[in-house]
Amino acid sequence: MDNLDTTFAALADPTRRAILARLAKGEASVTDLAEPFAMSQPAISKHLKVLERAGLISRGRDAQRRPRRLEARPLRDATHWLENYRQFWEAQFQRLDSLLHDLQAADPKQKRKKRRR
Amino acid sequence: MKNSGTFNVTTHGDREIVVTRLFDAPRKLVFDAYTKPELIKRWLLGPNGWSMPVCEVDLRVGGKYRYVWKSDADGHEMGMGGVYREVLPPERIVLTEVFDEAWYPGEAVDTIVLVERTGQTTLTQTILYNSRETRDAVLKSPMQRGMAASYDRLEKFLPSLGSEALSA
Repeated sequence: MDNLDTTFAALADPTRRAILARLAKGEASVTDLAEPFAMSQPAISKHLKVLERAGLISRGRDAQRRPRRLEARPLRDATHWLENYRQFWEAQFQRLDSLLHDLQAADPKQKRKKRRR
Repeated sequence: MKNSGTFNVTTHGDREIVVTRLFDAPRKLVFDAYTKPELIKRWLLGPNGWSMPVCEVDLRVGGKYRYVWKSDADGHEMGMGGVYREVLPPERIVLTEVFDEAWYPGEAVDTIVLVERTGQTTLTQTILYNSRETRDAVLKSPMQRGMAASYDRLEKFLPSLGSEALSA
């Protein structure tokens, strides 16, 4: 998809991911969204713009509150792709964790070296 | 596993996938785990139910490597290999990768960089594909055909994204 980069760039920020997690529970106004983050409304609005441009959220009808809501599809696509990839590698890396642990347990010299540095 | 939270997969530019992960070990050990066949065979096994009967490494610039995985269930085999372009122990490896059953066009170039701090090692693995289309196709295809791991559904995934972000 042409949008993949935009989507991933939008997802790269922890605040934006938290906003999406909040919107997964239901639509919310900018004020609601700003609350848990100790961030100004303009700062939150900036994040919302990025999410909107990526097609990850849209605005509800209510002209007063202008609630934001999650657009599930692009997010589902992007997270499925990344998550699929991630899970494959995480399974490998967890085995690598155990291997590295075993290697260090078997060779106390490695630990001593580590402390000296 | 406590380091799972340090694992990040993202894209960079048009053609790259970037994987980062922290390991509780000096980088020499991580480097060995990535380059010594007897160690590679102990972790790079694919999903549960697969083994790695072939793992050959000629660790020098221009040297080749070859990996083959096999499914215990149906005996299906999947191989890949390539050539080392840079070998700089214990901090950097650059190698090409081509799969036998090409599930993406052309060869990709893998750059592995290990940075050690207070006995822990951060791995950054950058995989450069030959086009944006290829990179995106890799992300969209089930990992390495037949080896596809099951993935969480969006509903399960989002809360974890949220808690990670809020605790950051």
